[in-house]
Amino acid sequence: MERKRFRLPDGPHRQMRSRGSLSKPRFFIILGLAGWLWLQAAAALDPPVLTSIEDRPNDAGTGLILHWSPSTEDNPTLQIIFERRHADGVLDTLEAIPGVDPRAGGEIPSSTIDERGLEPGQMVSYRMGWFEGEDTLWSAWSDPIAPQIQWVNGERASVAVALVLFAGILIWFVLSARRGRTFFIRKIPGLEAVEEAVGRATEMGRPILYSPGLDPMDEVATVASINILGQVARKAAEYDTRLMVPNRDPIVMAVAQEVVRDAYTEAGRPDAYNADDIYYTTYSQFGYAAAVCGTMMREKPATNFFIGRFYAESLILAETGNATGAIQIAGTDADAQLPFFITSCDYTLIGEELYAGSVYLSREPLLLGALKGQDAAKALIIIIIIIFSLLQIFGIDLRRFLG
Amino acid sequence: MKRTGPVIFGFLIGMVMLLQYFSPHPTLLSTYNLILDWKQVVFGMTLILGIVSLVRFHSTKIRRKQDGWLYSIVTLAGLVAMSGSSLVWGTERGFYPWAFDNIQAPMQATMFALLAFYVASASYRAFRVRSLHAGLLLLAGVIVMLGRVPLGELIGITIKGQHYALPQLSTWILDVPNLAAKRGILIGVGLGMVATALKILLGIERSYLGKGA
Repeated sequence: MERKRFRLPDGPHRQMRSRGSLSKPRFFIILGLAGWLWLQAAAALDPPVLTSIEDRPNDAGTGLILHWSPSTEDNPTLQIIFERRHADGVLDTLEAIPGVDPRAGGEIPSSTIDERGLEPGQMVSYRMGWFEGEDTLWSAWSDPIAPQIQWVNGERASVAVALVLFAGILIWFVLSARRGRTFFIRKIPGLEAVEEAVGRATEMGRPILYSPGLDPMDEVATVASINILGQVARKAAEYDTRLMVPNRDPIVMAVAQEVVRDAYTEAGRPDAYNADDIYYTTYSQFGYAAAVCGTMMREKPATNFFIGRFYAESLILAETGNATGAIQIAGTDADAQLPFFITSCDYTLIGEELYAGSVYLSREPLLLGALKGQDAAKALIIIIIIIFSLLQIFGIDLRRFLG
Repeated sequence: MKRTGPVIFGFLIGMVMLLQYFSPHPTLLSTYNLILDWKQVVFGMTLILGIVSLVRFHSTKIRRKQDGWLYSIVTLAGLVAMSGSSLVWGTERGFYPWAFDNIQAPMQATMFALLAFYVASASYRAFRVRSLHAGLLLLAGVIVMLGRVPLGELIGITIKGQHYALPQLSTWILDVPNLAAKRGILIGVGLGMVATALKILLGIERSYLGKGA
């Protein structure tokens, strides 16, 4: 092991010089004694110790965790430096950790290093050293170790358990529905009003405008919106009312065209379907808002649907629609936009009601079962919240009972 | 096959995306990234569909001289000018950056600025005291708004030597009843999202494929 002598800090010397009550010879004797003691201490300075290195859990084999400890509590203020040696002999110097002077009452800040960005299976060794100026006192190299790839991220086990439980509840209710069990679903005014809203547009001889929101197709809110669009399109086809769907995302536009065309076909009106009414506007957020507002002002639709994920443009759309006198039904899971829709629209589907929309409108037994399963899961969560709240109120620590 | 093919495909892709959340293995991670790359390719292709749709929609309006057909000319001219100039001079110099900075960005800012006026008109409607609920909403709104301005610091009551300023009440309204309602909505949204995703994965929900699928 390489061992070098340390140059020591001169702080204590200055402190002693400031004490003016000492005579000169005595001062130099004490100074010499102190200096000798410091040199002895430096000569006896032990190297730092890398206590263990372990594979970082729950990762793709790219990390290691290094545990280390200072060798003595009396080490002077020194930086700690780490070196990594690869199997081919390449050396990397890792980030230096500022040292702490125990004499000043400080503590060593941490005793672990989370090493990331390694190659899976690649052998590496580590050493650490006290470092000051050009002098470094190194520990021995550790045994070579390679980070290992894990298949399962244990940190997400609780999510997996909750998901399996929820899926189990959902499937059980779907199977119940398949066996013929009927379920009661409470009335959702916003969805009850869909028929009335489409009928109003028919009576007035004006079109219906349906905005599926701004998010792309991989967002669940957009999928839910497209599901509702299918039901609305079917009613529009039955009533022979024009349906306009301005889109911000081209993938959503393509899916919306398919869904509306199928709805018209199923309603027996394939001839009434016009692909140009499900059109693309722009990917720009406020450009889209301007396009939809312009359409509302020019075409004066009797009914506006704003269903999906919306952002800052929600109020611009809803207020413009309100100014044109249209009946408006909105639905979003963006909690920040809900107050705007509630203020400016006639009906608003709040949060989860958006996901229940297509089920509510289609009344398909299997989907109703799934919706009921969702309610059961929510009831379970409410019960859990109440139980744990009561335990908290009465100061009962469940961990004590679980050991 | 038309019915089951997309469902099976959706199930397989969905399972890969789901499993990679629970596994850090590089194979699943690379598959996940590959699917995201495919998504970008699909997006690029559908963007062509979007442009075709845009051109068809506006050219039909111009041809039939429908309401606002002049705006359609501006839209198509903008499309041609922006894409054409970016092809000739690139996006860093020439007409494209000039038009973006001096036409598109100010227009977007104008649309966003309209929000201030719409907030005023919507607030007026929301705060009209027509029922107990509207009255409570007005009261809570006034307290929260006053609690957020310096004047609110001066308003308050002193009970047994302890001064309670309006900002404290404002913070309590936001942190307790408001947050409780918000969390209730968010729990419902979370469950709804998972339920919808599971229904699609299991092939129970097929509306997004169209009824004929």
